[in-house]
Amino acid sequence: MDFVLFAELSINGAFSGLMYSLIALGIVIIYKSSSVPNLAQGAMTMLGAYMVLAIAASTGAPLWLAVPLAMVVMFSTGMAIERLSLRRLAGQPIVMILMMTLGLEIFIRALAMAIWGAAPRRLPIGISDDPLFLGPILLNQAFIVGAAIAVALFAVTALFFRTRRGIMLRAISDDYTASWSVGISVERGIALSWALSSVIATVAGVLWGAVQGVDQSLALLLLKGVTIAVLGGLDSIGGAILAGILLGIFEAIASGFLDPVIGAGSRDLVVAATLIATIMIRPHGLFGRHDIERI
Amino acid sequence: MFYRQAGISYSSYPQTRALFSLAADRRAVAILFVIALVAPLLFGPGTVSAVLTPWLIWTSAVLGLNLILGWAGQFHFGYAAIMGIGAYAAIHGTRHGLPWEMAMIAGGLCATVIGCVFAFAALRVKGLYLALSTLALQFAMDWVLSHVPAITGGTQVTLQAPPPAVLGQVLGGETSLYYIALAWCLLVTVFMLNLKRTPLGRALVAVREKDYAAAVIGVNSFRYKLVAFATSSFIGGVSGAVIVFAYYGAATPEQFAINVSIELLAMVIIGGLGSIIGSYMGAAFVLLVPGEMNQLIAWLAEMAGARLSVETLAHIPHVIYGALIIGFLLVEPLGLGRMYQNVRNYLMVWPYGHLHK
Repeated sequence: MDFVLFAELSINGAFSGLMYSLIALGIVIIYKSSSVPNLAQGAMTMLGAYMVLAIAASTGAPLWLAVPLAMVVMFSTGMAIERLSLRRLAGQPIVMILMMTLGLEIFIRALAMAIWGAAPRRLPIGISDDPLFLGPILLNQAFIVGAAIAVALFAVTALFFRTRRGIMLRAISDDYTASWSVGISVERGIALSWALSSVIATVAGVLWGAVQGVDQSLALLLLKGVTIAVLGGLDSIGGAILAGILLGIFEAIASGFLDPVIGAGSRDLVVAATLIATIMIRPHGLFGRHDIERI
Repeated sequence: MFYRQAGISYSSYPQTRALFSLAADRRAVAILFVIALVAPLLFGPGTVSAVLTPWLIWTSAVLGLNLILGWAGQFHFGYAAIMGIGAYAAIHGTRHGLPWEMAMIAGGLCATVIGCVFAFAALRVKGLYLALSTLALQFAMDWVLSHVPAITGGTQVTLQAPPPAVLGQVLGGETSLYYIALAWCLLVTVFMLNLKRTPLGRALVAVREKDYAAAVIGVNSFRYKLVAFATSSFIGGVSGAVIVFAYYGAATPEQFAINVSIELLAMVIIGGLGSIIGSYMGAAFVLLVPGEMNQLIAWLAEMAGARLSVETLAHIPHVIYGALIIGFLLVEPLGLGRMYQNVRNYLMVWPYGHLHK
């Protein structure tokens, strides 16, 4: 076995996996607070990237200004989505909630296509395409920067959950009714979690947009995000990091060695297989809470 | 109004279980049946092949999905993959000299076998995790369909379906294709109508409401989940075969991709969970409304003097389709079937609405 190739694949895979876990982070934050599995996270990632481009184009703002502005816009977009659609479905069976997030997925994606067109766009954030040499190993710079930002964002999220508002969100995720009875506004908390995950989606959209261009395919990151979220445990933020790294390495190595054998595109197969295996073997994931079901 | 319960007196137990106990319902069904039979004469040739045939076939697929989602309460995000398996199996069957009818059944049986794989997911997990695992299975199936040349001939290849031959008679023409679709749709509808009255249907509903509670009253939920997946996969497989033979004429992997699964789910939700007439309405709604609304918007934009780009117009149907799903979930989560039921209940006692509790 070629050790250099193996190391190169796994290191680059780990970095790209950390970038995937940003999408999982958005899903986890929403699931933690409201038990809604957000299947629109991929579309929100795409919307975030388009928002940055649109703001940069319409105001002529440089990218370092356009990204925070887009974050602000996406913050309110996330709140609006929760207020207008998901809040009214509280208490409905899970099939309705899943269908609602799927409907949002289709709606957001098609709306972005209708407004900005389907042609891929470039979103250069000033990272050179040249590989970085680490001995004989080639590293992708964009992945390194993306992974660093992802880790920083995870740290910020972890810190946020120690602030007053963060503790409120944790209380909500722990027990709805108890939080209500001590005077925490559960609705506002859930809206906040949607807003936060929209902001994270914007960051993920910019990073992935810089890597693969901004177009509809950004929404397909959803499958990877969902897989990582389930693998790490749907309500575990730390689990999302570890699962992201694991899936990234796993995917890169498997596709590196399988692609020559069974043809291109084995990445998606690996991801789907990981998702199925996780659900079959350990549905609550690596670090998720194992709920005991009441009869 | 039209639906009068007055004057109906049951004198035997079978009467109370009649499919249509109201005379008005029986008349309406008879009239609809006659209209369906003479539809090729009533509508233009384009309408029959472009609207009626696909509508009937999609409806039968939606009924199959409704069996698993609405009756048994189990998620299925991979129904398009099941249809694809049925379609490819049937095409390969006819190509290897199997009679057409046998090939259709073989397609259904192949789909049943694979559908039982989905069922094993259902037996281990439920709710969200079941949804996600069937979603992953759909992705895996997509991959298999597009990467195994023995099944599909590869990604870019369309596999031609030979014209269907019923009892050795080769049928071409859109009228006969319409009758094939109609026959299959009626068969599924009659099965679903009667399902409510059988022990199987009642057991499925018990499993849907609470599988532990069902187990307590002696319904083996393991077995009935498996039966539900197998039955609905058979319906899906044959519907997939029918849609390839009677509508598309050829099969490509994209016809059975994940977005088709979601479209079928949207038809079930918009039509109404567990509603048969809703399945008809939901399929028609999802097939027709986005396109029609798009033309309306294009026309309005022209009237207002605004110029919409081609690309915008191409994506507006999807926007409307997404908005329809969201709108129905917000306004009437039980869909068009429940809306029809509400109107019917209102008219049942009209104008004496105050008599209703």
